[in-house]
Amino acid sequence: MAQQKQITAPLTDEAVKSLKAGDSVLITGVIYAARDAAHQRMIEALDRGEELPVDLTGQVIYYVGPSPAKPGEPIGSAGPTTAGRCDAYTPRLLDKGLKGMIGKGYRSDAVVDSMKKNGVVYFVTVGGAAALISRTIKAYDVVAYGDLGPEALARMEVVDFPAIVAIDCEGRNYYEEGQKPYRKL
Amino acid sequence: MRTITAQAITEAVAKLAIDANYYLSEDVYNALVEGQEKEESPLGKNIIDQILQNACIARDEAKPMCQDTGLAVVFVELGQDAHIEGGTLEEAINAGVAKGYIEGYLRKSAVAEPLFNRKNTGDNTPAIVHIQSVAGDQIKILLAPKGAGSENKSGLKMLVPADGVAGVKKFVLDTIINAGSNPCPPIVVGVGIGGTMEKAAYLAKKALIRPLTERNAHPEYAKLEADLLELINKTGIGPQGLGGCTTALAVNIEWFPTHIASLPVAVNINCHATRHAEVTL
Repeated sequence: MAQQKQITAPLTDEAVKSLKAGDSVLITGVIYAARDAAHQRMIEALDRGEELPVDLTGQVIYYVGPSPAKPGEPIGSAGPTTAGRCDAYTPRLLDKGLKGMIGKGYRSDAVVDSMKKNGVVYFVTVGGAAALISRTIKAYDVVAYGDLGPEALARMEVVDFPAIVAIDCEGRNYYEEGQKPYRKL
Repeated sequence: MRTITAQAITEAVAKLAIDANYYLSEDVYNALVEGQEKEESPLGKNIIDQILQNACIARDEAKPMCQDTGLAVVFVELGQDAHIEGGTLEEAINAGVAKGYIEGYLRKSAVAEPLFNRKNTGDNTPAIVHIQSVAGDQIKILLAPKGAGSENKSGLKMLVPADGVAGVKKFVLDTIINAGSNPCPPIVVGVGIGGTMEKAAYLAKKALIRPLTERNAHPEYAKLEADLLELINKTGIGPQGLGGCTTALAVNIEWFPTHIASLPVAVNINCHATRHAEVTL
């Protein structure tokens, strides 16, 4: 394992450019939780000509629907959900300034093209390591779509959140690069 | 005839829902440790390490291993000399699921209707319940929470007899390659072969709850399990799909007699936690 890079969220263009497919990172700062249901609401807001509940410029969205918090804790278990379910909505959010996404799983060609055009990075974190990941989340506050329950749009404060760059802003894909040396079929 | 109260079933199911989501079973933990030892990719080794650490944190802090605490799939072996008093079996199970998911701080992931409205039921009911009648006066209940990441990548195909072993291998492998990183590898693969369409799907689910250390009793199916595991681990998918040789921890096959013209094959994928807990009342 290579050294883990410390990065800060929201992301600057320079920070995004410095990240390469396969890099292990620790993210500290503010990120937003949203899954496909919240994405659909955001797209509907844009369709109506409304502003989004959050200015996405430079922001990072984490695809997560946490389990309920126990008393005294900011959040329950909070691992990544499948990013591909957000693919249909993603390019429009990238056009609005979103700079990073955290989830698990492959992305569509349309998303990767939009990432290259807009200079965006896609991170993955370990699916099913939700209790481990939740330790790095210090605050969780719903900012919109509270009726969606665990699928609401929420602001999260994270410290040393562990992630891996799966697709960088040049479109290099670590799923492809990482698998190739071990494919023996 | 032995009497078991609906209340006792409800209490037992609530505990199973919590236990299955908080505590990784020993056979799965051991398989992950073994997978980590064999894994050649440094990143893959690190990912399995995070998965093992996560299991310890979940256990020590009494919280779910994964935020997707699934739909509750419940297998019941109902002794025909057992009498349930104070409610029906399914009502008692659903009351237990609601109790466990609420009291255990588990995520409620069930929607009441799948296509038009998709409103959350609020208590993770209804459970998916499979009841089998057996001899005796006991009730054995196994609860396996099933998340969508792995369930969504499962598949079923109605092969024809001429497709044979090669056809089965190809369908299983195609399903796993198509699933890629989404079902949270290292995965456990349940395969159901034979019966009718719905029987094959049921068998594939049932295969997932067999201990990972146990092979099919039929030597040819046991060999097919080993062959498929080897093939799947040559795909390169690896832990979390980021590359490696530990794509699956085990392949479990269940089979059943079928029609002279049929060869149904179902592939049900489980994530690396392969959650389940059981109790006998």
